[in-house]
Amino acid sequence: MFYSQAVNIALEEELTRDPDVFILGEDIGIYGGAFGVTKGLYEKFGPQRIRETPISENSFTGMAVGAAMLGLRPVVEIMFMDFLALALDQLLNSAGKIHYMYNGQLKVPMVLRTPGGAKGGYGPSHSQMLSSMLLGIPGLKIVAPSTPRQVKGILKSAIRDDNPVVVIENKRLYPQQGEVPEGEYLLPLDKAEVLSPGTDMSILTYSAMTPLCLAVKEAVRELGWDPEIVDLVSLQPLDRESIFKSVRKTGRVLIVEEACLTGGIGAEVSALIAEHCLDALEAPVMRLGAADVPIPSSLALEKYVLPQIEDIVKAVQQLREY
Amino acid sequence: MEFPEQTLLDCYARMCLIRAFEEKLAELFSQGLLGGTSHFCIGQEACAVGVITAAREDDWLISNHRGHGHLLARGLELQKVMSELLGRSDGYCGGRGGSQHLSAPEKFFLGTNGITGGGLPIATGAALALQYRGSTQVAIVFFGDGASNQGTFHESLNMASLWKLPVLYVCENNRYGMSNPVEKACAGGRVSARAQAYCLPADTADGSDVEAVAQAASKALEQVRSGAGPFLLELLTYRHCGHSKNDPRIYRSKTEEQQMWERDCLRITRDKLLRRGIPDSRLEQLKTQAAEQVQAAAQQSLQAPFSSREETLAGVFA
Ligand SMILES: Cc1ncc(C[n+]2csc(CCOP(=O)(O)OP(=O)(O)O)c2C)c(N)n1
Repeated sequence: MFYSQAVNIALEEELTRDPDVFILGEDIGIYGGAFGVTKGLYEKFGPQRIRETPISENSFTGMAVGAAMLGLRPVVEIMFMDFLALALDQLLNSAGKIHYMYNGQLKVPMVLRTPGGAKGGYGPSHSQMLSSMLLGIPGLKIVAPSTPRQVKGILKSAIRDDNPVVVIENKRLYPQQGEVPEGEYLLPLDKAEVLSPGTDMSILTYSAMTPLCLAVKEAVRELGWDPEIVDLVSLQPLDRESIFKSVRKTGRVLIVEEACLTGGIGAEVSALIAEHCLDALEAPVMRLGAADVPIPSSLALEKYVLPQIEDIVKAVQQLREY
Repeated sequence: MEFPEQTLLDCYARMCLIRAFEEKLAELFSQGLLGGTSHFCIGQEACAVGVITAAREDDWLISNHRGHGHLLARGLELQKVMSELLGRSDGYCGGRGGSQHLSAPEKFFLGTNGITGGGLPIATGAALALQYRGSTQVAIVFFGDGASNQGTFHESLNMASLWKLPVLYVCENNRYGMSNPVEKACAGGRVSARAQAYCLPADTADGSDVEAVAQAASKALEQVRSGAGPFLLELLTYRHCGHSKNDPRIYRSKTEEQQMWERDCLRITRDKLLRRGIPDSRLEQLKTQAAEQVQAAAQQSLQAPFSSREETLAGVFA
């Protein structure tokens, strides 16, 4: 099943299970959303449950907060992660703060789904992975599932969670295929997943960089190298236990992400490793991320900004030979 | 609308309480007992009291940074509000929220809001939830003329109108957004005129006349409750005080301020009651009682403890 279908099925199952769940966003009705993720839901659940909004990200995100405060379970779709900028006030100042600042009197059980990342040709305003921008906002859970199976289990759990959860999808992941368990399938929101065990080094990654890292693992196998691929999945909170366990096992760390290198998730993970696992390290922590450059539109140029398979292979080699 | 005598007296008492509360806050500030900032609604009390008197007790209220009037008009416990402002553990939010982030769901008070215009979509979403559940409750949101220049105002009115959501938008036009006069910030100068663009009904009322406010709000609420959709009510009012604690008010003239004191809502209500034959002594007594209540609440709150470090670091997630 495609990743986008897994999202669709998770939504459909939760809409069916709980009448308080509804989704809102732009063009999510008969059009099925910009990436076809909500196809068929409007026909099945109608305009109240599949609420098509005007182009007003700031306010429909705020409306989700208000509706969640009164007990509904809204699932917001933001068409491109870059547009999150327009919804950020309500995420930052309302969704994340309400449970705390109102001293637990109210909760905000909402989900915000949005595809980040570059897919070639979308250009500067439609391509950025803004995962790290959301760190440092207390009160938000942030997850970035990379496989169809993960996204089904994670999204269903996110919808049932009593807190605001940002589910970062990825345009490059939507057409990826994978096995997805049928029916009730839930995954924890705070756990990393070792997608491929190894011994040489730990490659910590998430979202669309995960399949790239898995491909790298195949590519370096013939050299006799055996990296462990750890999918972070949860970016807030980070699953320290699983990260530290892998680092202690391999002693070498490469972090690969699509967000800008500066201030990225990798910066936070590196700091944690330095604080807690320095004694286990056999080499400096290495990081790959997007260059601190807006994502150019031209396909030919995009690859200079984002980590490519060759870049990862090179980093693996460097780390191996340190 | 002519209120029955007792209703008008109750409104007057409530307005006196709000005024006394904020006068006490000013005193606490000058004594260094109250930190941060706070926005007083001195002069605007009739807006809060008029609208909330016209509302049902279970209509959800959403307020902004200038919310003391709304909180006390809804009948939140004086002492718990005072404690919240003083940052104490027995405040509504344990001292976490303060003046601009105060919520009391058991009183159908969803919350005050520190982001100008931030409450508008939340109220609209609350109204969506009410409609979703087939409730006859209404969401009522208070905001200023300044907030009507935020995108959230326009976006919210548009969506509420499209979907006929049960929400009453109450703009307290006090002529200024901080130092910026409404004519310089709001093209056309009138907030209610903006309703037309989004096809929702609007009305304007004299915000210093509590009966006029209640009458306009009643009519608006009746319409909203009937399922006709949202309504925008603009109340023309004035804040006699500064925008916040340290505002020297250099952006307006003393003459203007003096003229507006003539139209003070407490004074107008008092005159009405006197004309109805209520003795001056009874009205004085209401004022004294309010001051005493506030004094007692402040005294009690100042004795209350603060939350511990452990408590403070917990409770981010539900
Ligand atoms: C988004 C945002 N911008 C600016 C401020 C600072 N600020 C607080 S109140 C205020 C004026 C608001 O004016 P208005 O909405 O007319 O309400 P009033 O203060 O007159 O009651 C400003 C600029 C803020 N709190 N939030």
